[in-house]
Amino acid sequence: MADTKSILTTPIFDNNPIALQILGICSALAVTTSMSNAMVMCVALTLVTAFSSFFISIIRKQIPSSIRIIVQMTIIASLVILVDQVLKAVAYDVSKGLSVFVGLIITNCIVMGRAEAFAMSNPPVPSFLDGIGNGLGYSAVLLFVATIRELLGAGTWFGMTILQPVTDGGWYIPNGLLLLPPSAFFIIGLFIAIVRIWKPEQVEEAEFVMKPQSKGMAHGGGH
Amino acid sequence: MSKPKSNNAKTISVALTLCLVCSVLVSAVAVGLKPSQIENARLDRNKNILVAAGMYDAESDTASDVAERFKDFEVKIIDLNNGNYLDDDALKAAGIPDRNAYDASQATKNQALSEDLGDNDPAGIGRKPKYAKVYVKSDDAGQPEMVVLPIQGYGLWGTIYGFLTLESDLNTIKGISFYEHKETPGLGARIEEPEWRAQWSGIESYDENGNVATGVTKAGTPKENWVDGISGATLTSRGVSNMVQFWLGEQGYKPYLDTLREQSGQPVEGADTQAHQTKPAAQSNTELAATLPVANGKEA
Repeated sequence: MADTKSILTTPIFDNNPIALQILGICSALAVTTSMSNAMVMCVALTLVTAFSSFFISIIRKQIPSSIRIIVQMTIIASLVILVDQVLKAVAYDVSKGLSVFVGLIITNCIVMGRAEAFAMSNPPVPSFLDGIGNGLGYSAVLLFVATIRELLGAGTWFGMTILQPVTDGGWYIPNGLLLLPPSAFFIIGLFIAIVRIWKPEQVEEAEFVMKPQSKGMAHGGGH
Repeated sequence: MSKPKSNNAKTISVALTLCLVCSVLVSAVAVGLKPSQIENARLDRNKNILVAAGMYDAESDTASDVAERFKDFEVKIIDLNNGNYLDDDALKAAGIPDRNAYDASQATKNQALSEDLGDNDPAGIGRKPKYAKVYVKSDDAGQPEMVVLPIQGYGLWGTIYGFLTLESDLNTIKGISFYEHKETPGLGARIEEPEWRAQWSGIESYDENGNVATGVTKAGTPKENWVDGISGATLTSRGVSNMVQFWLGEQGYKPYLDTLREQSGQPVEGADTQAHQTKPAAQSNTELAATLPVANGKEA
C-alpha cells in the first residue's frame, strides 16, 4: 500500500484526473466562468469523491461483482443528492448558479473512476484520502481555469473588480470569449501543456509516427 | 481483493439493504432541510419581485435590504375573472385563509380554486387559478405606482415562473424577472440574464384598442414594442412570449388592470362597448396564432 502522503499528493500534479487522465472535462467547462461557482463545485466534488470512496471501500468485500457499478452509482447518487439538498438550504443563490451541474457530479467520471480503480481494492482510510487527493487535483485545474476566465472575461475575481471594465469607466475591455465554453478547452489545453513541460514524463508516446515525406509528394504531384 | 460472488440471494440482499439505507438517509436529509429550503425559495421570490420592479441592485443589496424594501409592496389577492380585490371576508369564503401564504401556482392543483383551460391555453399551464396574488406599490396619493404581476408558462423543459411589473399607466412594462425554470443553461436559461431582461423595460404592452401588442420575436427580426428572442432558444423565447401575452390578456390580468384604471380615473384602453370584451380576446388569439405558429400545439 502506498504511503498516505503520496496518495494525497500525487493526484494533484503527477497523476491529475483532468490533466493526465482527461476525466471530468464536462463540468470543468461548465462551472468555471466564476470563481465562486468553481470553488463550490470543487468542494462538492471533493467531498463526494472522498466519502463515496470511503463508503464503497467499507463495503467493498460485500459488494457482489455482478452489481458493483450500480452499487457504486447508488452510493454516489445518494451523496450528491445530499450535497444538493444542503446547498439549497444554506447557499440558495450558489445552488441556483450551479443549476444542474451539482446533480451531474453523479456522472462525473472522476468519482466513478476512483471508486472502481481505488476504493474497490483498498481499505477505507486510504480510499478516503485518495478521494480527497483527486478532488484537490480537480480543484487545482478548475481554480486555474476559473481564475483566467473570470479575470479576463469579466475583469473580476471572486466577484471583486480587479480590472476595471470600460463599461464602468475603467480601461479593460472584457473578453467575452472567455465566458463561453470553448475558452475552457483552450485553457485546459494550456494547463496540460504547462504541466507536461514541467513534468516531461507525463508526455505520452506518440500513437503513430509520421512518415517522412515521400518523393512523389515532395514534387508536388498528386497522382 | 474481494472474491467474485455469484450467489443470487446475497446479491439481492445487498442491493435491498443498500437501497434501504440510502433512501432513509436521503429522505431524512430532504425532510430535515425542507423548512430552510422553503424559506430560501420565499426570499428568492421576494428578491425577484424587487428585480422585476427595478428596485434591486445585485452588487450591493443584502437580504435585509430585500426584506426592508419589500415592505413597500401591498400584497393583494384578486379575482382574475372580474378583476376585483378580495377583502378578508371574501378570502375566507373563497377558501384562502392567509393572503401571504396563498400561492396561485399551488392553487392550480385545487379543483375549487382553479378552472380547466381546455384548448384555450397558449401558456401551457393546464389550469388557471381563479385568484391571483399581486403586489402593489402605491405613491403618496394612494394611487398605484407600480404593480408586480406573477406570470408562469411552459418553456421548453418545464414551467417558467416569473414576475412582470407595470408602471403607473398600467401599460408600460417596467421590468421582468424569472425565479424558477428548467431551461437549458447557456441557451434558454439566458432569459434570466439582466441584458436580455432589460429589453422589456419601457415596452408598451397594449395597442390603442386595448389588445396585447407585445411578445418575443424571432431573434434578429426587430419589431416595435417586441423583444428580440434568444438565438438557439426558440422554444424558450416562444414560451416567454406566450406567457406574457396570456397573462396580460383577457384570461390573465386585463380585467384587473381595467378595474384599476377605472378606479384611478385613467381611460380604459379600448373600452367603448361591452362587445370588445369578447372580440379582442379572439383577436389576440388569432394574432398569437399568426405570430407564433405552434402556440397551441404540442411542440415536437
